[in-house]
Amino acid sequence: MARLTDANVVVAKEIIARFPRPKSALIPLLHLAQEQDGFLANDAMAHVAELVGVTAAEVYGTATFYEMFKFERVGRYCLNVCTGISCHLMGAWELLEHAEELLGVKAGSTTEDLLFTIEGVECIAACTEAPAVSVNHRYRYRVTPEDMDRLIDDLRHDRLGGEFPAHGVLARVRQRTPDNWAGTGAAAQQAVDAR
Amino acid sequence: MSDATVPPTPPDYTQPGRVPTGPKLITTRFDQPDGYTYDGYVRTGGYTALRKALTEMTPEQVHQEVKTSEMQGRGGAGFPAGTKWGFLPPDVFPRYLVINGDESEPGTYKDRKLMELDPHQLIEGVVIAAYAVRAAQAFLYVRGEMALAQERLAQALNDAYAHNLIGRNILGTDFSVDVVLTWGAGAYIVGEETALIESLEGERGMPRLKPPYFPASKGLYLQPTIVNNVETLSNVPWIVNQSGQAFHDLGAPTSTGMRIFAVSGHVNHPGVFEVPNGITTFRMLFDAPEYCGGVRDGRSVKAFIPGGASAMWFFDEHLDLPLDKPTIDKAGSMLGSGAIVVMDDTTDMVAACWNVVNFFSRESCGKCTPCREGTTWLQRILKRILAGDGRPEDIDLLMDVSESISPGIAWPPRQTTICPLGPSAVSPIASAVRRFRHEFEHYIQHGRAVDGVVTPPIHGVHGGARIHV
Amino acid sequence: MSDVKTDAPADAAPEPPKKTTLSITVDGRAHEAQPGQLVIDACEDAGTYVPRFCYHHRMNPVGMCRQCLVEVEGPRGPMMVVSCMTPVAEGQVVRTETPGVKRAQEGVLEMLLANHPLDCPVCDKGGECPLQDQAFSHGPGESRYVEEKRHYEKPIPISDLVLLDRERCILCDRCTRFADEVAGDKLIHFISRGNATQVNTFPDEPFASYFSGNTVQICPVGALTATPYRFKARPWDLTQVESTCTTCAVGCRIVVQGSRDQLLRYQGVDSDPVNWGWLCDRGRFNFEAVNSDQRLGTPLVREQGELRPTGWSEALARAAQLIREAVDAGGPGSVAVLGGARGTNEDAFAWARLAHDVIGTPHVSAQLGDGMPVGLLALNRATIDEAASASTIVLLGPDLKEELPVLYLRLRDAAEKRRSRILEFTPKPGGMTRYAWKSIGYEPGTQVGAVHAALANDEIAQQLGAGNVVIVAGRANLAETSAAQVAALGELLAAVPGAKVLPALRRGNVVGAVQLGMRPGKDGMDSRAALAAAADGTVECLILVGSDPLSDVPDADLARRAMAGARRIIAVDALPSPSTALADVVLAAAAFAEKSGTTTNLEGRVTTVGQKVTARHTARPDWMIAAQLAAALGTDLGLESEADVLAAMAELNDSYAEISAAALAAAPDGVLAHVPTTLDPINPPTVAVPDRNSYDFRLVVSRKLYDAAVGTAHSPSLAHLAGGATIHIHPADLDRVGAADGDSVKVTSKRASGVFQATSDTTVLRGTAWVPFNQPGGTVGELIDATAPVTDIRIENL
Ligand SMILES: Cc1cc2nc3c(=O)[nH]c(=O)nc-3n(C[C@H](O)[C@H](O)[C@H](O)COP(=O)(O)O)c2cc1C
Ligand code: SF4
Ligand code: FES
Repeated sequence: MARLTDANVVVAKEIIARFPRPKSALIPLLHLAQEQDGFLANDAMAHVAELVGVTAAEVYGTATFYEMFKFERVGRYCLNVCTGISCHLMGAWELLEHAEELLGVKAGSTTEDLLFTIEGVECIAACTEAPAVSVNHRYRYRVTPEDMDRLIDDLRHDRLGGEFPAHGVLARVRQRTPDNWAGTGAAAQQAVDAR
Repeated sequence: MSDATVPPTPPDYTQPGRVPTGPKLITTRFDQPDGYTYDGYVRTGGYTALRKALTEMTPEQVHQEVKTSEMQGRGGAGFPAGTKWGFLPPDVFPRYLVINGDESEPGTYKDRKLMELDPHQLIEGVVIAAYAVRAAQAFLYVRGEMALAQERLAQALNDAYAHNLIGRNILGTDFSVDVVLTWGAGAYIVGEETALIESLEGERGMPRLKPPYFPASKGLYLQPTIVNNVETLSNVPWIVNQSGQAFHDLGAPTSTGMRIFAVSGHVNHPGVFEVPNGITTFRMLFDAPEYCGGVRDGRSVKAFIPGGASAMWFFDEHLDLPLDKPTIDKAGSMLGSGAIVVMDDTTDMVAACWNVVNFFSRESCGKCTPCREGTTWLQRILKRILAGDGRPEDIDLLMDVSESISPGIAWPPRQTTICPLGPSAVSPIASAVRRFRHEFEHYIQHGRAVDGVVTPPIHGVHGGARIHV
Repeated sequence: MSDVKTDAPADAAPEPPKKTTLSITVDGRAHEAQPGQLVIDACEDAGTYVPRFCYHHRMNPVGMCRQCLVEVEGPRGPMMVVSCMTPVAEGQVVRTETPGVKRAQEGVLEMLLANHPLDCPVCDKGGECPLQDQAFSHGPGESRYVEEKRHYEKPIPISDLVLLDRERCILCDRCTRFADEVAGDKLIHFISRGNATQVNTFPDEPFASYFSGNTVQICPVGALTATPYRFKARPWDLTQVESTCTTCAVGCRIVVQGSRDQLLRYQGVDSDPVNWGWLCDRGRFNFEAVNSDQRLGTPLVREQGELRPTGWSEALARAAQLIREAVDAGGPGSVAVLGGARGTNEDAFAWARLAHDVIGTPHVSAQLGDGMPVGLLALNRATIDEAASASTIVLLGPDLKEELPVLYLRLRDAAEKRRSRILEFTPKPGGMTRYAWKSIGYEPGTQVGAVHAALANDEIAQQLGAGNVVIVAGRANLAETSAAQVAALGELLAAVPGAKVLPALRRGNVVGAVQLGMRPGKDGMDSRAALAAAADGTVECLILVGSDPLSDVPDADLARRAMAGARRIIAVDALPSPSTALADVVLAAAAFAEKSGTTTNLEGRVTTVGQKVTARHTARPDWMIAAQLAAALGTDLGLESEADVLAAMAELNDSYAEISAAALAAAPDGVLAHVPTTLDPINPPTVAVPDRNSYDFRLVVSRKLYDAAVGTAHSPSLAHLAGGATIHIHPADLDRVGAADGDSVKVTSKRASGVFQATSDTTVLRGTAWVPFNQPGGTVGELIDATAPVTDIRIENL
């Protein structure tokens, strides 16, 4: 897959400029790449490396540390069933098993139509609403097997509109760098870095 | 408080009005539909504290109020925020403020709510704190998976900049600071403050050894850095508005202020509650209709985790302990991140133990040998026991491997590792094996759980799919 | 950083005696530790070795393996700390043998072994493996780990020279830290997390580092192995001798290891003033050339146009006869001796005596038209340590990463960690450019102006005036004469009179050779003049002592004409080369590791070279050949053994007066030879460089680490690493000539024209073009005129 698009390079440069050192923008930029392609393509990682001025191996080292980044194509919807201790106590495993049966794939894999990837994940910070699931990091609470049937059916038939953007899209609102950006932190750090 | 710790007969909290409740300091907008918007925030008193701090107070005065409040950090370690700010070496600039919004400890659920439902309150606290510690820039590090929190914070930051509440010459004063929204990508360890700093530098989130890298003296880019939790800073506007003393007067003298607890697991009404610190007991929280309304199906508490997955577990004899840091520390566990997980008497202790150990083994950063190898080893032994392949010597082996990670298996834990993650995996084992050894032995002898408990169909153990090891 | 001398003013009041050490207790024994030292090192000084895996004293500690845990008495009682990250403090009480410590160390070892394959019998490291050793000395007995071990695909190549077995890896971060901190080539990295953590490269982007072999040496297990050594031997079969690498003039200390009279491996030795244990891959792996079956083992003489093997007496007699014929024809001056920089000091000394004293010719040169005037060596010379601790390091020479790689590591370290500032003048940005405080690019021939302009800059002038300055000076461009470079050096020295100079000459023992007499005598010709004289027949006889003009002389036409014009050619060499193929007599020389002696590095440090294997067939050291040839010419040099030569050197050469076997034995890091006073200091010439026609490009030609040089070409593991001889042009200039990356272009100089493949390269300065020298199949030498101050070329798209 691709390098970052020109439009994304503009976004990337704006993000980089907010940090005292370019490498600090690495994770946000990788998210941008994942938003673009749904996963982290090698070309995109190499491009991010160029943008922040490090080697591709460094980018890869950082990227692979974090679970959200995917290195091969995943489904349009990543269905994450929380298996943290609270959800474990409240029926998460049963729910995961149910989802596997519904989708006909095991946790950790993707349906053939590339619509769903299903995963058992660690605590997603919704413990009082167990069992919780998230689809592309949008939450559903106290999910019963019936809720799960409906959710999957709705997703399959695209009935949920914009609630679940494609995998890789996180915040749909970006921070902007306004005119009254102070810039003092970066400037002071640059002075220090230049000894 | 000591008198209150072990009352002769536990009071019955099942009737309403029997428990102390307090004012809400930071959860006031949780039920306000537009509480997260700029208009909704300002309408309900937002940004008055910032104005007060910047126009009526010096940074030192703000710092003094926070010191007076004796507010303990809400990220887990419970270190007083005002004292921490005082550790910044004088005259070393630039310094940074980093806000820890990486909330990932199993059971913990409060920072996400604060960020989603009241982002401006956090931002206000951040700007005030940046003023107090004279930070040149603040970084709001949100857990990667929290898309809505990121969205709400991004919008709130854009609005706050537009209203001159962040950025250059805030509210017309000399004070300027930027707040940068940034986020992670799924790694629990990044909640640890030095790992968070590494992550913020674009690195793998591996903790640094302290000393020499106490963030207050050498943090982000090796400059002085304050790392504070989301809940900690969300309290700052209230403290500035109402005074540190007013905060101190709430809760107990040894654990001041109100505090958010998330109670999950086998209770009738799990929820997120802001309660007076140090006064409330676990039993009150679990039983009172104002809070959780009792254990589900009228069952009894078999064990509970008092402060996040890293904590030692508590049992029924601990129910009447108040939520007070020194008391809980003394009783051999911690309040940590305010995450309470209740397990009723149907809980399979071996499976629950495995679950928490599995979490830590999955989340080990891999830096220290004992944690990287040891937590995985523990997890695999437990998985084998659950699968019916346990050996009699496995219980001793579990304790022995634990000993290699946390010598003495005591509380507070000692560690052969850099950070407390490895020893955290020892807590569930020490708790469950010591208290419920017979459940482990039963699994080993009979290949299944003791009667009367429910074992979830854990993947990789019960024929399910791939399990992360 | 050992003996860096500070120049305290003589009249300063004596400091009151202050305690400069910290008193600590190690296992009950009192010890004085150095301030700033880590507990692990202090313990070692105190005689207690704390086990470790991740700690390496040349790299930042990371405290990862947790094997070095010790107990330190602190304010809150004894605390378990990692000794590799804990600094010593006054009054500290360290215990390394308490039951708690033992228990913790056993625990760590058990964990490290849990997933380790324990395939020691088939592992290269078996027998010299810290993990294996510590498992015996500090480990628990049996493993209690019954789970399935981690599995990875068995060794995967991470570069052309290094294989990685991730199952054996214990994740100590040494290789990855080396790549980052020491080499600056961050091409290997930890990837994934927790128990799945592994070392790897970015997909399809190999660990192409000139220093990759060091990772094999410092890996504490057998996870990293070098293809040239893999499965060749078991450590207990190896015997070794200490030596000095003579591949380039840095003179890295090494141990040469072998078994059954075969060379198998070189390992870096941690010499504090020189290489800190590091080697470049070329130096590390070119032992293969010594083992090559192409080696010349017996002398050859030309008969009816063909070289045929013969015995030494016939060969020496023939050589003596050729020399006599030449002297008879045109006097001693009709013999020229080129080379001597690849051998030992003993070799150079003996050959210098033969040339100057026996034959009587002044036409002697250790350089081949690619070096600098020998007066460079008469300047106030800096050591490597002095350069690496200077406030300003001025680079006015070749790309150190390519030509003097370990000096590059030392100076890069100085810039990165010791905060020296590097001021670089270069016709082509190279390896050091990214670490330079300021890098000033200049068009060949204009360096005097560039230096001038820089000196006029306030910031630069202030920097140069602020502290000690070391100038690293050498030849940056083979397509120009050295004149402008020398003039620029003169300018700098005039502006910064206290500056010291580190000569950046490349050939292994060039400094020793020059200092010991392999240089022009009175009215002697330098190599370029000598070759020209050979071409026009004034020099009748060329004697090549380990030199190959056809490969090494930048001006290819000159070299070819000289070899054709010389009526008699005697070559002394260990391997066949294009030049030996044209010789009338080839005298088979012993190669590196087949002889012992001494060598002198670029800072003048004399160290030993050791013999590990017997010389191939009847090959013999150069000094012996010189002595025997002298005898054949009727003079007894009195040199019967290498010890004789060393003694004669000390006696006859002031610079080497203090060099003796005893002095060298007492100083394993070597002894500095005095800077010769007998050399004429350089004389900055005035240079007239014609302006460049704006259609033309000015040519820069410089060396890469891997080229077609004989040692590389005969090392199979390295030979294929030499890249092609494409012409590198800035993309905008490439556009201007209407060509694209990869196109064939016609390149024309005053001398010749040829077809080159073009490479678009943003590092090349506009208006210049760069071609690497002496690459396989390369013909750039054809374009160069050794007498022209610069080489301008025309580039046309074909
Ligand atoms: C393994 C580990 C995970 C942690 N996770 C979090 C976290 O998710 N959020 C948080 O605020 N603090 C977390 N902490 C605590 C932080 O290191 C740090 O103490 C805290 O952010 C400081 O903020 P406070 O003083 O305001 O509590 C964690 C600590 C450890 C050792
Ligand atoms: S390959 Fe060797 S040097 Fe590199 S991390 Fe693994 S054990 Fe350490
Ligand atoms: S040598 Fe100290 S932790 Fe590895």
